[in-house]
Amino acid sequence: MKSIFSIPLIVIAGAILMAAGPLRAQSKADCLTCHADAGLQDASGHSVSVDEHKFGSSTHGSLDCVNCHATIKSYPHPDKITPVACDTCHTDEAKGLAGSVHSNANDHPCTSCHGNAHEIFPKSDPRSAVYPLNVPRTCSACHADNGMAKKHGLASVYPSYIDSIHGFALSKEGLLVAANCQSCHGSHHILSRKDPQSQTYKANVPETCGKCHAGITENYLGGVHGKAVAAGNMKAPVCSDCHTAHAILQPTEAAFRTQSTPICGSCHTDKFSTYRDTFHSQLGSLGGYVETARCWDCHGAHDVLPASDPRSPINEANLITTCGKCHAGANASFVKYQPHANARNRKLNPALFFIRLFMNLLLASVLTFFVIHTVLWLIRSRVDQVKRKAAEGGNHA
Amino acid sequence: MPDLEQTAAQNNAGGSAAGRFVTRFTPAQRYMHGVLFSTFLGLAATGLPMRFSQSFWARKFAAAVGGFGAIIFFHKVCAVVLTVAFLIHVKDVFQRGIVNREKGIFWGPNSMVANWKDVTDLVGHLRWFLGLGKRPQFGRYAYWEKFDYWAVFWGMLIIGFSGYAMWFAPFFARFLPGWALNAVLVVHSEEGLLAILFIFSIHFVNTHLRPDTFPMDMVIFTGVESEEEFKEKRPGEYQSLVKQGKLESRLGAAPATWWINFARVIGFTAIFIGLTLLVLTLSAYFRE
Repeated sequence: MKSIFSIPLIVIAGAILMAAGPLRAQSKADCLTCHADAGLQDASGHSVSVDEHKFGSSTHGSLDCVNCHATIKSYPHPDKITPVACDTCHTDEAKGLAGSVHSNANDHPCTSCHGNAHEIFPKSDPRSAVYPLNVPRTCSACHADNGMAKKHGLASVYPSYIDSIHGFALSKEGLLVAANCQSCHGSHHILSRKDPQSQTYKANVPETCGKCHAGITENYLGGVHGKAVAAGNMKAPVCSDCHTAHAILQPTEAAFRTQSTPICGSCHTDKFSTYRDTFHSQLGSLGGYVETARCWDCHGAHDVLPASDPRSPINEANLITTCGKCHAGANASFVKYQPHANARNRKLNPALFFIRLFMNLLLASVLTFFVIHTVLWLIRSRVDQVKRKAAEGGNHA
Repeated sequence: MPDLEQTAAQNNAGGSAAGRFVTRFTPAQRYMHGVLFSTFLGLAATGLPMRFSQSFWARKFAAAVGGFGAIIFFHKVCAVVLTVAFLIHVKDVFQRGIVNREKGIFWGPNSMVANWKDVTDLVGHLRWFLGLGKRPQFGRYAYWEKFDYWAVFWGMLIIGFSGYAMWFAPFFARFLPGWALNAVLVVHSEEGLLAILFIFSIHFVNTHLRPDTFPMDMVIFTGVESEEEFKEKRPGEYQSLVKQGKLESRLGAAPATWWINFARVIGFTAIFIGLTLLVLTLSAYFRE
């Protein structure tokens, strides 16, 4: 913004104003007489300078200083001035903030997210601290490994987020539609995930994710997990239980494939233990070969359905197709293979039970006999050897 | 086996009575043992991480060699080599025993087939352990050696069949019932575990690590053994050779020093790997 005053004029005007005393309100130019000085500091050493150009182009650029600094009526003003009350104008935001996790205005002044008070831009402006691509960095000022989150007993989430599929899309690809912090948590009215009103409260997670992932959410709601959650069974998983909240990975990625089975297994413990007995699991645990069947390769991921449902991939009618995804040439007999057979359970898998029993008895009896045989042999040989040596030694002596 | 005499005759370097060496294994038999133990070690080293895939060393080993893909590849390579060796052996036995009608293949003192003497030898040996009798006069193959042979033979059939059934599961499913596909893994892993535990503890100690042979019986590498040692260990065979006047034809050249040293390095490496695997197996087995 170009000033219409030349410098000598400002000085003269300032002198006149000073002489005039508290008769009239200050104009922006009056304030900038002092505050344009880039090195201007208050008594405690904080910068109190204002960049006239930046302020002018900011969203508040058309306002006068005293619109916000309303308590300043005259010059000279006191050293300590009352903090600006943003809620005078931004009533809705202030209302949202009041009940939120960031309600303490001393810990979380508006500027902690919106940045320098004199350089606030609309959130659609790339210069804004709350522009979608800048949001994670802004939140990371507190929610990273810098001690702030820790002080309040919160997890450091920024590193997890920034390496996630969302973080990658945002930071590497610059995708405006990539989920940033506020896409899931909201902005002013952020609530604890324990609060039933929160967007991140367990029961609300599918809806929150569904704002972008509409198709997947529809599938999910039709599956057993979605139905259970809708019916109030909070033990059933929502999106974040399987995908995690912040460190979300591309599901086809090796790292996710390897971590996914224990996640399902944390609820389905019996199925997990029988899966562990199979070649699918043995193979999969060793890494480097991630194609081996994981839970959702057979059961489906979002629309998990009971085997009795004809749409389920593990319904008898669909098994040849499902197994055939990996095992070319799978036939009716092949799919009789039980991926969760339990060789320890005589009632469920009698043939397998007795085969395992036979093999174990064979192993135990062969080893028992030969261990005894070998130990006796060792003792006897040693005794003989010592005797023989003693005899030889005796002869020489 | 008769071919030993031929081999010995060719190698016969005579020598003084004190330094004579008796041939016990043909080069083919020694090569067979070499192929057998190297593929077996390979199969064990790659099979165990799969069997105990949850143990810390399995993952570390897999990560070090390039993941599961590398492990299964090496496992299959060893399996194919061992299968070929097995088939060559079976063909050899069939050729000599059935086609050529060679005597002593399926019966008699030089056969691998168990006979009544093995039963009495076993009982006698156990009595000797307890100080109740004299040591039996062992012949060409002692009963524990025959057990080793048949254990490996049966093991290869069982482990081999179940292994190929998993490798080519859709093909085997054409004539096997579905539950058999579950059973083959149980059979493969249990029988494999038995083979590993047996070879790395019982065979190692019986054949190599017991006081009489400690630290290693070199005869399987050199093919020959000093006459004195032979007389001591195989009194039955020695006496029958002397009686039949065939001892001369079984004499062989003293093994070269470099060969003994080379065989020692190979043999000790094999034993070291085997014992390491044994410790890892036992630790993982009892932690399961």
